Amino acid sequence: MTAADSLLVHASGLVKRFGDVEAVRGIDVGVRRGEAFGFLGPNGAGKSSTMRMIACVSPRSAGELRVLGMDPQRDGPRIRARLGVVPQQDTLDNELTVRQNLQVYGRYFGLSRDTVRRKAVELMEFAQLSDRAEDQVEPLSGGMKRRLTIARSLVNDPELLLLDEPTIGLDPQARHLLWDRLYQLRHAGVTLILTTHYMDEAEQLCDRLVVMDGGRIVAEGSPAELIARYSTREVLELRFAPGHQRDALPVVATLADRVEVLPDRLLLYTADGEASLAAVHERDVRPASTLIRRSTLEDVFLRLTGRSLVD
Amino acid sequence: MDNASAAADPGGTPAVARPVGSVRAALLVVEGLWAWYRRNWRATVVSSVVQPVLYLLALGFGFGSQVRPGEATQGLPYLAYLAPALLVAGAVQNAAGESTHPVLSSFKWARTYWGIIATPISPGQLVAGQLLWIALRLLTSGAAYLVVAALFGALTGPGVLLSLVFAVLAGMAFSAPLVAYSASVRDEGQGFNAVFRFVVVPMTLFAGTYFPVSQLPVWVWPLAWVTPLWHGTELARAAAFESMSPLPTLGHLAYLLAVLAVGVLLTRRQFTRRLLV
Repeated sequence: MTAADSLLVHASGLVKRFGDVEAVRGIDVGVRRGEAFGFLGPNGAGKSSTMRMIACVSPRSAGELRVLGMDPQRDGPRIRARLGVVPQQDTLDNELTVRQNLQVYGRYFGLSRDTVRRKAVELMEFAQLSDRAEDQVEPLSGGMKRRLTIARSLVNDPELLLLDEPTIGLDPQARHLLWDRLYQLRHAGVTLILTTHYMDEAEQLCDRLVVMDGGRIVAEGSPAELIARYSTREVLELRFAPGHQRDALPVVATLADRVEVLPDRLLLYTADGEASLAAVHERDVRPASTLIRRSTLEDVFLRLTGRSLVD
Repeated sequence: MDNASAAADPGGTPAVARPVGSVRAALLVVEGLWAWYRRNWRATVVSSVVQPVLYLLALGFGFGSQVRPGEATQGLPYLAYLAPALLVAGAVQNAAGESTHPVLSSFKWARTYWGIIATPISPGQLVAGQLLWIALRLLTSGAAYLVVAALFGALTGPGVLLSLVFAVLAGMAFSAPLVAYSASVRDEGQGFNAVFRFVVVPMTLFAGTYFPVSQLPVWVWPLAWVTPLWHGTELARAAAFESMSPLPTLGHLAYLLAVLAVGVLLTRRQFTRRLLV
């Protein structure tokens, strides 16, 4: 296998415009076979537009894109035959049964009736939906529908699975069950590309990720690398009665690499939280409560994309 | 790559997915719609078969008993005069129903079209399948209507089988432009009410189903002539009564085929524009 062959997705200078709006402004991305790759970013960062271009359902406006070594513009159907897609909004047929959804969808990939019958049984097992096989989809819970969507995306044994916000709107139990299934797939060698708002999801699932903001890639690396590069090892949170945090700011500002001011607390980015806390007490600052925690991807994300609300 | 695709399969049976030819792709779309129909056909029978039969009973038998055969009925009893026209009117009405809410829903609420174009099937193939499905629905509903009409003794001869073909053609000439319109609707489909009130209903009343257009004021004639229903009705009656003559037949066929062709092109454009953004 050559180096180029192992890049399942290769984009350079990729651009997507909608009229005057430039949703994706020239990004370079390479996704290797077998890895789990994440696109992180606030709403409107261009993640979904990028995903749709990779899924060969959205023509690029400029730049280069290769998916499975082919050009989406020319070889869309051949590429899509080897992709699995989990869209942000379910596109299940609510009036069909669980089993029918899997079988009908499999047929669109040119699979024989025998094959889709067999695949439906296997996939319902995989998605823990076997006991609902003959039930209509409509009344199923959000978690079950999401599992069915993922199961359906696997009906053609895709080499590359695209997941756009796979666990949005699900309760913690349903999320963990889904993550479990995604680990299994990754373990089985399926390449995953996902977008997510949930930093814990990205930390759990992604080998490597990019942070997008305003249509551009602002950072790239493994979760650990990004934390090392853009944050500190630990974060010391000092909580105050709202408003009083500003009084303490000048006193503690020099105790950390970086201090962030929130309405009810100060975040001190520091290599050693315990030492910083001791220094805070030495300077006679008395917060209402304190917390020392590890830096997370969320800290990196907020630093890179800002705390202001994006709509 | 074999090992990679086998590994992707959680159950162990490797699937061999590949894009299929365009005809087969359209048939697969039909197969998907059939899977839905198989579970829900009962709900559609009332509107697609029972309704035209009720019209045949009320107007053909009831009202028709008061109509003396004459020039306006081509010398036939009113029931016989009406039966092939109701076949076409039913096809156009069914076409209106199948081409509006189900299409908008597949874009907007059920979103099933988005699921389909994520597979190797292209928007053009999806359009072909969707329109073929509507044509099949018109064909089967029309055939069921003919069986009932025959039991009532309303049919004049085997020529109605050709009428059925013309009815489906007229229905599709109405369906295709309407599917294109439905694919362009972004709101909740309020415009469909206007289509039914101001197009479908006047068309079924005044485009030659119940009486010849020549009975209307002259200025109304062109309004009837632009409707696919009028052309279909003329063809269906001529076929049923075995009174076809070459020139009018070719004219009606050419008009219906032209409207159908434009409708198909518009539908392809709207589907591609909306799905591949």
